Amino acid sequence: MHNPQLNKDGELTHLLSIEGLPQRILTQILDTAESFMEVSARDVKKVPLLRGKSVFNLFFENSTRTRTTFEIAAKRLSADVINLDINKSSASKGETLLDTIDNLVAMHANLFVVRHASSGAPYLIAEHLQRIGRDDVHVVNAGDGRHAHPTQGLLDMYTIRHYKKDFTQLRVAIVGDILHSRVARSDIHALTTLGVPEVRAIGPETLLPKHLDKLGVHVFHDMNEGLKDVDVIIMLRLQNERMNGALLPSAGEYFRHYGLTPQKLALARPDAIVMHPGPMNRGVEIHSAVADGSQAVILPQVTFGIAVRMAVMSIVAGN
Amino acid sequence: MQIEIKNGRVIDPKNGVDRSISLFVVDGKVAGLGEAPTGFVAEKTIDAAGCVVCPGLIDLGARLNSIEAELAAAVAGGVTSVVVPPDADPPLDEPELADRLVHRGTEIGKARILPLGALTLGLKGERLAELVGLKKAGCVAFSQANAPMVDTEALLRAMEYATTFGFAVWLQPQDYWLSRNGIAHEGEVASRLGLAGIPVAAETIAIATIVQLVRDTGCRVHLTRLSSAPGVALVKAARDEGLPVSCDVGVHHLLLTENDIGFFNPHARFCPPLRAQNDRLALSTAAASGLAAICSDHTPVAADDKLLPFGEAKAGATGLEVLLPLTLKWAESLKLSLPEALARITSAPADVLGLSSGQLAVDAAADICIFDPEATWQLTPEALKSRGKNSPWTGYMMIGKVKTTLVGGRVVYQA
Repeated sequence: MHNPQLNKDGELTHLLSIEGLPQRILTQILDTAESFMEVSARDVKKVPLLRGKSVFNLFFENSTRTRTTFEIAAKRLSADVINLDINKSSASKGETLLDTIDNLVAMHANLFVVRHASSGAPYLIAEHLQRIGRDDVHVVNAGDGRHAHPTQGLLDMYTIRHYKKDFTQLRVAIVGDILHSRVARSDIHALTTLGVPEVRAIGPETLLPKHLDKLGVHVFHDMNEGLKDVDVIIMLRLQNERMNGALLPSAGEYFRHYGLTPQKLALARPDAIVMHPGPMNRGVEIHSAVADGSQAVILPQVTFGIAVRMAVMSIVAGN
Repeated sequence: MQIEIKNGRVIDPKNGVDRSISLFVVDGKVAGLGEAPTGFVAEKTIDAAGCVVCPGLIDLGARLNSIEAELAAAVAGGVTSVVVPPDADPPLDEPELADRLVHRGTEIGKARILPLGALTLGLKGERLAELVGLKKAGCVAFSQANAPMVDTEALLRAMEYATTFGFAVWLQPQDYWLSRNGIAHEGEVASRLGLAGIPVAAETIAIATIVQLVRDTGCRVHLTRLSSAPGVALVKAARDEGLPVSCDVGVHHLLLTENDIGFFNPHARFCPPLRAQNDRLALSTAAASGLAAICSDHTPVAADDKLLPFGEAKAGATGLEVLLPLTLKWAESLKLSLPEALARITSAPADVLGLSSGQLAVDAAADICIFDPEATWQLTPEALKSRGKNSPWTGYMMIGKVKTTLVGGRVVYQA
């Protein structure tokens, strides 16, 4: 099957999902991000790699944090950034997704950063651009439904590499609502591609997708067992609406079984790091003592996220 | 009108005929095979050299959104009778609507229309439609299409009422609660792509409920569009028990699986969903063994309704013009003979309907399909007469091309 993310020379032209990307491209992105870390520390935080290019942040679903980090990253690459909050504009007037894209292409957009509630929406856009012959316009997936959030997956890998150096000796546990999590799916593909030998998923049966084993993941229902001797813990955000149906009885019961407390953290390796894609629900999935503790690397993740997004945008849309 | 169809290979699966002979049509009926009836003088001769001459196809499920175009598509696909589900706009829940549909079909004069009446008013699953009135207006059975019944009691009462008059009820076995939020088979692909899943239990729970109610009421039930291996097993057990239950499968489900969703291909979105490879194999075995008839489940969808993210795109594919080539493709993969393959789309659906059509016996209506089993054609939007250009096969080569279609002895399609 043709992988729409790669051009005919095997180079990254869109970033839609981690799945299907070779290790070489993931490593290229992480290495490029590393070179950008220094830019953010300068007085003049800019490089001219996307000068004259127009980056459209197309957010069909609300997000302040992700959109802001993409905006900062694009600006540090000297691009012109246009933020479109589609919830409040075209979609409510009945314009289709692809009509919106055609209009923005006519305005000479070079790169779309897309967040959408439906899994696969960025693929539809990438395929449309190919159909209309615009291989000079690129798409970066900023989160689609439950499917993928590849830049979050990459910044998580950057964080792990920064603290652990080598992927090939690690045990990584992902804890919480994996079923609804695009971050978890991207992390799983990235970890297995980069050679992590043991990826664990921890959560109640109602929050785990079926056939996770087929993705190379070991499933644990008991958090005490699942955290044993892990090097990295990736906590996932639990949306409040999960408590409305029959998935979970209460936030309290969830926290007792799957919340990361100092006691549970002690089961992991002493140098284990704790990650979270944010925003956190303190007291629901994570205890404040852990979130603010010495093993948490949650704020460095945010800093790395800007460098990773600069790397992705410069690789897909740079000259 | 007296017609001789000569030089063709006449295949009539129902009567075990597979011979290279002439077929004679007089006054809209089959009048002879091999030997001309007394006093026959051909007013028209059709040369079927290199072609198969078989009963016109009977499609157990085709939506006719734009009736003229879709009936033209039917006969271009060799389909001479189409069962139309009641989920049109408005739903077919009043005798006048059924009457108008049948009348319109006769006026257009292509494929015959066999409407399914709505089982309940507005397909809301609550109050019964006027089944007797609908039957008089031409409805062949009653159905909820893909709409659920409000509760099990409503289903039981509907089946009891239908049984009172000897009417058959067609049901799509899909539990409402387990399927309402789903968009793909709950399996490996849905987990990987982050698509909300529809578990196999949505089908098996519905079948188990329906079969129990058939046992209690004696209602004649036809289960439409099976999708899973456990579903097939339940239907087989009910048949073995002697219950009046039959089933069909959409032709796409015989050839495609969840893997064909690829990178969110909206043309691989179906209702019920494409499931796993073992499910496909079980459906294939069910069709090959005669447990399930094959239908097109023709669902024309406007291009704009497919150019959407997978979960927002409408389900279904165009089917009338690919029913024959896809059935042949399926049969080829199983090394089934042509008569065996054709039985699944001619005599088997006729049996489901309790009709004597779907055969070429003397005195049967001359509903005939003449096709070249070797001819190839490329599926393109332009190649289709249907308004529904939505197909997972766009760009693919199809093998098997209809040359001529007759309905009641009239040539209604000529390639």
